[in-house]
Amino acid sequence: MIEVRNLTKRYGDKQAVNDISFKVEKGEILGFLGPNGAGKSTTMNMLTGYISSTSGQILVNGVDILEDPIKAKSNIGYLPEIPPLYVDMTVDAYLGFMYDLKKCKLPRKAHLKEICDLCKISNVRSRLIRNLSKGYKQRVGLAQALINNPPVLILDEPTVGLDPNQIIEIRTLIKKLGKNHTVILSSHILPEIQAVCDRIIIINKGVVAADGTAEEIARNITNEHKMTLRIEGSTHTADDKKEIAAALRQLDGIKYVRADMEREKGIYDYDVEADEKTDVRRAVNQLCRDKGWNILMLQLSDLTLEDIFLKITMGDIMPGAEKAEKPAKDKPKFDLDIKDGELVATEVEEEAKEALEENLPADQSFADDDNKGGEE
Amino acid sequence: MGAIYRREMGAFFTSGVAYVFLTVFTLLSGIFFFFGVIASGTTETSPLFSSMFIVVLFLIPILTMKLLSEEKKNRTDQGLLTAPIGLWSIVLGKYFAALTLFIIAESVVFIYAGILAYLGDVVWPSLLGNYFAMLFLGAAFISVGLFISSLTENQMAAAVASMLALFVLYLFDSLASNVSVEFIRKIMLSFSFYSRYLEFTHGVFNLTSVVFFVSTAFIFNFLTVRVLDKRRWG
Repeated sequence: MIEVRNLTKRYGDKQAVNDISFKVEKGEILGFLGPNGAGKSTTMNMLTGYISSTSGQILVNGVDILEDPIKAKSNIGYLPEIPPLYVDMTVDAYLGFMYDLKKCKLPRKAHLKEICDLCKISNVRSRLIRNLSKGYKQRVGLAQALINNPPVLILDEPTVGLDPNQIIEIRTLIKKLGKNHTVILSSHILPEIQAVCDRIIIINKGVVAADGTAEEIARNITNEHKMTLRIEGSTHTADDKKEIAAALRQLDGIKYVRADMEREKGIYDYDVEADEKTDVRRAVNQLCRDKGWNILMLQLSDLTLEDIFLKITMGDIMPGAEKAEKPAKDKPKFDLDIKDGELVATEVEEEAKEALEENLPADQSFADDDNKGGEE
Repeated sequence: MGAIYRREMGAFFTSGVAYVFLTVFTLLSGIFFFFGVIASGTTETSPLFSSMFIVVLFLIPILTMKLLSEEKKNRTDQGLLTAPIGLWSIVLGKYFAALTLFIIAESVVFIYAGILAYLGDVVWPSLLGNYFAMLFLGAAFISVGLFISSLTENQMAAAVASMLALFVLYLFDSLASNVSVEFIRKIMLSFSFYSRYLEFTHGVFNLTSVVFFVSTAFIFNFLTVRVLDKRRWG
């Protein structure tokens, strides 16, 4: 439905978007995730033909947006970051104007009524847009994008300014629309992306940092299983901590152990990372039984989207991470494709993994700072 | 184009610009009509039209100032530029909306013609010639104002810059008379809006001048399209 090939946008020396490629299929809801200034809006503006790309190609329904902009644009409904509303018009007049502007052929009255009902703005149709609250303005903006029933919907932060109830309504609406539209939406609200999107593209500094479902991205960003253990030693002193940590490190498949804070008196928590292949829980249990220790808590902590996001986007501001950034600069860190239901990861991923491992020491020292004496 | 034209016409009236424009235009043309035509005991309307040049010059920027500048400021241009329409439709929709309002204002002369018909014989060839001359003049001026409106986000800046630009065009004649190089003076004079317009008020319907005004309108509308297009490539 939408295909983006090597899209690049430069403003002078500033590289706003750098060589982004992706594909969105019909009926897919794609989430653009990224910190402010990552290039989300720029990408969306290029997708909708508002600005042009410096290089690269965008195909909407097989039509190049630069070659036949009118045809390509007629397939897109766009809600920009700031809804393009004429505040001196009533909602009705404005929607009528957009209806004419898009040369919509659907039955006028019924179509507009349907959209107003869908966006829940039927009760404000005769009011001036100037006098509406931000949430209503946002919904009028969404209604405008839906006019003429375009197969592709591009929504730039669609839930900004809405109250929690409305956010849930709009999310439900987007999910519903996703059944027969292709939807691309951007957000920096993680739960929103997770709740609505089938697939996520994380954009950072103008490049695609990750592409896939939340699970896929999580799986690929870390191959280790992380867990937090709370183990009661025999002496209830700091010596326990060293002993237990050392013993855990000896176990097969455990890659990394860090003793955390003293959570209960004389009892410490341990962050443990194991590789994916081995399930270390039984081995840990066995170890504790042999040594006479007690496991008071075992908590698997798989990465949430939030962890992924922070890891990807914050990674490059951590000390010593510049080196890790380098290989990722020209290529996306991860390039995932689903072929025949199987996950195919390209070699780029290897570099990224290395990059992440290089990141680890920095990560650690960072964490230790506020660890109040935590030790490995 | 139709949708944009209708929206702009509506906006002229809801924003009050249309009322200000029509009132001022009617008031000033009424004054010139009274003192230039009625008071001098003639039914020849040319004095009215020659006085109106400067009024048109200062009033047209009011019509055009926010046509494109405000779209840019309120980010509503995003809606227009991502809609399935061409840039020419956007520019011409706005252009013809302004031109329509100008024609409505200008048509007040037919009321004056009615008054004159009551008092004596109307000199129709002169009146109609002048009417179309002013229409072509307005068509050219509006395109200049629209072009300047596309360059800025600030409508006041657009208005002042347009008045200034049109005023410089008006001064071309007096500037040209001070240029000693014959060649340059000829070029400057050929770009003079005022002398071309004045020619009409003297009863000469010059087709080259009509072509001049129409091509000016075309060129500036073309430049406006280029500005909108270039912004996308910025």
